[in-house]
Amino acid sequence: MKETPLHKEHIALHAHMTEFGGWDMPLFYAGIVVEHLHTRTACSLFDTCHMGELELSGSTAAADLERIFTRRISQLPPGACRYGYLLNPEGGVIDDLTCYRLGDDRFLLVVNAGTANRDAVWITEHLSPQTTFRDISSQTAKLDLQGPHARQSLEQVFGLKLPELPFYRAVYVELDGTRCLLSRSGYTGEMGYEIYLPAEAAAILWRRLLSGETVAPAGLGARDTLRLEMGYPLYGHELTTERRPTGIAGGRFLDLDKDFIGRDAVVREIEQGPRENLIGIILSGRRTARSGDVVLEGDRPVGAVTSGSFAPSVGKAVALAYVHRDVAQPGRRVEVRTRRARLEGILAQPPFLNKKS
Amino acid sequence: MKAPSDRLYTKTHEWIRIEGDEGVVGITDFAQDNLTDVTFVELPEIGRRVAARDQVCVIESVKAAADVYSPVAGTISAVNPELESHPELINSDPYGRGWIFRLALEQPAATEGLLSAEEYGALITEK
Repeated sequence: MKETPLHKEHIALHAHMTEFGGWDMPLFYAGIVVEHLHTRTACSLFDTCHMGELELSGSTAAADLERIFTRRISQLPPGACRYGYLLNPEGGVIDDLTCYRLGDDRFLLVVNAGTANRDAVWITEHLSPQTTFRDISSQTAKLDLQGPHARQSLEQVFGLKLPELPFYRAVYVELDGTRCLLSRSGYTGEMGYEIYLPAEAAAILWRRLLSGETVAPAGLGARDTLRLEMGYPLYGHELTTERRPTGIAGGRFLDLDKDFIGRDAVVREIEQGPRENLIGIILSGRRTARSGDVVLEGDRPVGAVTSGSFAPSVGKAVALAYVHRDVAQPGRRVEVRTRRARLEGILAQPPFLNKKS
Repeated sequence: MKAPSDRLYTKTHEWIRIEGDEGVVGITDFAQDNLTDVTFVELPEIGRRVAARDQVCVIESVKAAADVYSPVAGTISAVNPELESHPELINSDPYGRGWIFRLALEQPAATEGLLSAEEYGALITEK
């Protein structure tokens, strides 16, 4: 299994480790629920070094990206980013990713850990000869500082005043003399940052950030329950190569006014109306539905769960599911057939809690 | 990982403490640690008669679900009502307030096949 530059830090903190996307990662330190709640009320630090970073540069980079990424990026000012997909010609999702414009001719793609190699192959196969591609994953560390105290913690620890940064904007900052890309973004629904930095500085900055008054480490367990409460999709669950992303948020992450690989396939499906939409389910109690469980209306199967867990900030179990378009409306009562029980639930549009990030 | 010596253990990570003609059952520190945060316990029905190694109830955590098996034969005589609203007691106090059910033991109580604290300790250090 691969190890991030922070592996020794996790062992020293007695983290429970787990395999994720080929990496040996912290599942939790103190406990998943306590780390989840700490992120919502204070501030948590996540090791996300496992994610892949791919750099595209050159005068043809923007045009190449317009072909392979579902979002329009040509008009983005430097420092801005967009979330979208890489699609295959059939419209299946190769990966979901964030694309930063770092300069006129320089872009950074941040991709999932388990798909990073496949993405790199796909992208390089679709580049103009003049575009330079670099996989900078191994020399790039990524730390996510997430929670309402994130900004004050950063300012307090490093004795600096941060610029007012809108959501989905990034700037370069010096933290203890290390040049870092500070992005106002994340996967928790909380105010916070994703920080990109050289791998060799990761351990020192990790420790420095943890010295912040209310900062505690959090693992992938809390990262998953936090994203689920917000209804954010996770690659391999809500997003796969077997499914077109037309039923997610009304196709919001597909800029159909430009051409991109997979566009024809998703346009065809949108014109017919996607058969299933991704929607949330709030279950009646604490009992959890899991990926693969069948959603029923009466006795009729109407969909399938893709992710489910007890939601610590909601106090009930919640799930994400693809549900037939005739049924996928908030407020509809459904049942979920799990391996052990039949659970009552009500369809809801995520997020499952009201949060502004 | 703790395993107090005042009780017996199963290979499936339950514990039982014999109190006269009753037994109190829960899951071990090792089991709760592996399950991660417990979020739901399906408590068994009082009065149900169970054989040794029968599946008795289900524990769900943030990451997984696990069956709980009865260490011995008997009749369920009580369940821990605190677990309905505070299933996390299984994590914080697996050998105390996180107990799950009580059994009226079939007499004579058949405890052969159960492990001592020492034997159980050896089993989990192999893992």
